[in-house]
Amino acid sequence: MTYLIGLLSVVFLVLAIMIVSKSMSLSKGIQGTEQDQDTPLDGANNANAIGMIVFLVLGSIGAAWSFLYSRPDLLPVAASEHGLKTDQMFWVSMGVITFAFFVTNALLFIFSFIYRHKKGYIATFYPVNHKLELIWTVIPAIVMAVLVFTGWRTWRDITSQAPDNAVVIEVTGHQFGWYVRYSGNDDNKLGNNNYKLIDATNSVGIDFTDEKSFDDFTANEMHLPKGVPVLLKIKAQDVLHSVYLPYQRVKMDAVPGMPTKFWFVPNKTTDEMRYITGNPDFNYKLNCTEICGSGHFGMAITVFVDEPEDYATWCKQQKPFLTQNPDFLAKVPEKLKGKAQKYIEAPAATPDSTQASGATPAAATSLR
Amino acid sequence: MATATLHATDTHDHEHEHHELGFVQKYIFSEDHKTIAKQYLISGIIWAFFGGAMSVIFRLQLGFPNMDLTWLKPVLGQWIVEGKLEKEFYLALVTMHGTVMVFFVLTAGLSGTFSNFLIPLQIGARDMASGFINMLSYWFFFLASIIMFSSLFIETGPASGGWVIYPPLSALPQAMPGSGLGMTLWLSSMALFIVSQLMGGINYICTVINLRTRGMSFTKLPLTIWAFFFTAILGLLSFPVLLSAALLLIFDRSFGTSFYLSEIYIGGEALPNIGGSAILYQHLFWFLGHPEVYIVLLPALGITSEIIATNSRKPIFGYRAMIGSMMGITCLAFIVWAHHMFVTGMNPFLGSVFMFLTLIIAVPSAVKAFNYITTLWRGNIIFTPAMLFSIGLVSLFISGGLTGIILGNSALDINLHDTYFVVAHFHLVMGAASFFGLMAGVYHWFPKLFGKTMNKNAGYIHFWFTFVGVYCVFFPMHYIGLAGFPRRYYSFTALGNGRMEAFVDMNMFISIAAILTFLAQAIFAVNFFYSIFKGKRAPQNPWNSTTLEWTAPIEGIHGNWPGEIPAVYRWPYDYSKPGSSVDFIPQNVPYSATPESNFPEENEEIANEKEIEGLLDIQNSAYSH
Repeated sequence: MTYLIGLLSVVFLVLAIMIVSKSMSLSKGIQGTEQDQDTPLDGANNANAIGMIVFLVLGSIGAAWSFLYSRPDLLPVAASEHGLKTDQMFWVSMGVITFAFFVTNALLFIFSFIYRHKKGYIATFYPVNHKLELIWTVIPAIVMAVLVFTGWRTWRDITSQAPDNAVVIEVTGHQFGWYVRYSGNDDNKLGNNNYKLIDATNSVGIDFTDEKSFDDFTANEMHLPKGVPVLLKIKAQDVLHSVYLPYQRVKMDAVPGMPTKFWFVPNKTTDEMRYITGNPDFNYKLNCTEICGSGHFGMAITVFVDEPEDYATWCKQQKPFLTQNPDFLAKVPEKLKGKAQKYIEAPAATPDSTQASGATPAAATSLR
Repeated sequence: MATATLHATDTHDHEHEHHELGFVQKYIFSEDHKTIAKQYLISGIIWAFFGGAMSVIFRLQLGFPNMDLTWLKPVLGQWIVEGKLEKEFYLALVTMHGTVMVFFVLTAGLSGTFSNFLIPLQIGARDMASGFINMLSYWFFFLASIIMFSSLFIETGPASGGWVIYPPLSALPQAMPGSGLGMTLWLSSMALFIVSQLMGGINYICTVINLRTRGMSFTKLPLTIWAFFFTAILGLLSFPVLLSAALLLIFDRSFGTSFYLSEIYIGGEALPNIGGSAILYQHLFWFLGHPEVYIVLLPALGITSEIIATNSRKPIFGYRAMIGSMMGITCLAFIVWAHHMFVTGMNPFLGSVFMFLTLIIAVPSAVKAFNYITTLWRGNIIFTPAMLFSIGLVSLFISGGLTGIILGNSALDINLHDTYFVVAHFHLVMGAASFFGLMAGVYHWFPKLFGKTMNKNAGYIHFWFTFVGVYCVFFPMHYIGLAGFPRRYYSFTALGNGRMEAFVDMNMFISIAAILTFLAQAIFAVNFFYSIFKGKRAPQNPWNSTTLEWTAPIEGIHGNWPGEIPAVYRWPYDYSKPGSSVDFIPQNVPYSATPESNFPEENEEIANEKEIEGLLDIQNSAYSH
């Protein structure tokens, strides 16, 4: 394919040189003989007019070919429910503008060619036509109105309140990576956090005066259940970042001091995507799309979309932050120490006994 | 002939002072609008080469990520590390390319040159309303240029947070080296730049309103002047907002305020700032940033209107619709800014409102495109280099504008925001289109600017290389954006799943095309500078145009016209008028002199000619202080 692209560029170059040499020879031949002192016309006029048509033809071929060539890689398979809708709307809009693109450009270049200067021809004095103006004001206005209306409905649905059963996951951007915090297996509620509590261990500043944070666990990768609404609560620690899940068509800025959110329903598991793309190593990614410093381009973590059961299993395997870092028990206020204690693994006690006393795992309840 | 009426008035030697000015007053601290225009133009061209060169360097990184760049070490020094472009310097290049191109080339170079040059000449004024403020405007711009340029050479590098310099990245020196001294210089430079723009804008507006020659009513103004007028209004109302955004940022950076900063943990410590809003900056920035798009585009569209009409030998189609659509664009430009912010976490309801307003702006834009095309219809087209660039502009304006319909749709913008699709969109519709307007203007008014002619064949070669090149660079970028490639990425390794590999050849193609297009600009540079000194002497009215500037002496004298300023009797688009023996009738030819081609309502105008003549004394008294 590199060769084809090379070929295309060579064609354009040859074309340019051809026009140039032709225009030069023509202008040489004509200078002094036919050239009228009063008009800026020269012998290259016809060559330039032909150039317009050649550009139109080669340009259209180039546009169509390059589109077909890159089509398989455009808009990679959508892996969320709203992504299917926006992709469909994208192609409809694309159809409309492609039509307008070819029609208007064709008229522009064809008129340029047809109405090139001809000796003795007098241009038509045609300063205004209100009917025409009205037509091409109203038609774009109607097309726009339709596009706006469908776009607005989709936008409204995407940005509506997340359903109550949504799995809540917190993702925090920092230079240069993402922290992921889950609401835990017991209460499906994220505890508070505070940027002043951030330290080397407590990287998202979990606030242990809030009992909801006791069961929260953190991870270096993101796991999402398929077919279940997922609500991302998005934060940033230092500068702006932007959560970008390319396959799920999710994008939302992470702003220091202003939590943002985005909810969506993943509809293809990692395994399904591996099958669809034929790539056994396929993995979803969470990238950054807001410039954040030298490591911006590498700021990514891997995302796994699991079947709901697998997701629940994975969640259960995760240990709460407090369990992994029992030192933080010291930060828990006296009256909540009792509640926090059950997340601390006594050296002698088996972990299972504390786990079993917990409530029904939140992830499971959210899978109704 | 057209020039006959002009020579009749030439012989009067008006009591205008013709004392010789010294070199410094004539060429450096000049108050003459023509000299200031040339100063802007040449500064803009020099900046354009720097801005273009920066893009070539980062295109090398994107197109040939494995290339050994050691050969650039003599130029870039410490920014080449082990044969690779330094990551922070890549971001600095992207930032400076954007800043330089948007502000220093397309705002100052385009609007600064042609507003200054054409407003007095086309409306029939001796100079700008205030020559002194006009001179200050250029020298503030020059100072801004020096500061911005010097920031390229400091050890920590120039500003690198993207041309939009969103805080907190731009506010915290610990976030990236470019946010240190480089950002301080960027902000100082931009503050001076804004001052320069405001002084220029006030002058343009005052001059258009007050100094039109007798008979030059608003409905007889060439579309160029209308475009410059609207541009100046846009700039005057929106640049102060950028200044306030920059000032608040300076406060946050240097005086410990928290306008934009809140709850930040960086470099191992929690900052005390609470209560600021990073989004506030984005609102302020885009309140200028979006009108800025039209500040660079409207002058280009105005120039194109003039050139297409002249070289089609036809009146511009829908003169009043053109004014109306520019007015519509000007008003709407102020109320669409938040479409740059659909996914910043702004209230989704606001997103709906701004989507609606944004897609409305497509309507006046479409009207303009259709009017251009209809102007070509049944014309008698002469392809001067300026005409070629104008047709190119219309094509780029359409192609780039259409994708705006997709990006303005907030639901679709979610996926495409900050990808190469956006880069392709705005480079076509505002970058390349405005650049083509600049080139068209230079080729068209070069005979007036310098009294010489440029080589046309070199102009044709320049056009075809640039036109094909620009499409080869920016058309494939849409595909890369649709594949989900984010902008401002040093490398695409982190995308995974073989997506980077799928577009290696296309990125390479874009880079090659960009380099060739950049090199082709040398044809222009040589032609331009050679013609200034060695070009053939220009004829009085090389394109057989109707507007007033072509009645002024070729040499460009102080005060523009040696005798009385010509009066204006008709609109500027009397090309190929039925009944007329010549295919153009200049604006200063009264209807009484052309009975054979007058329309009935124009015959009635003849009665007003006495009245127009009677205004001469008032006009003269305005200049005799």
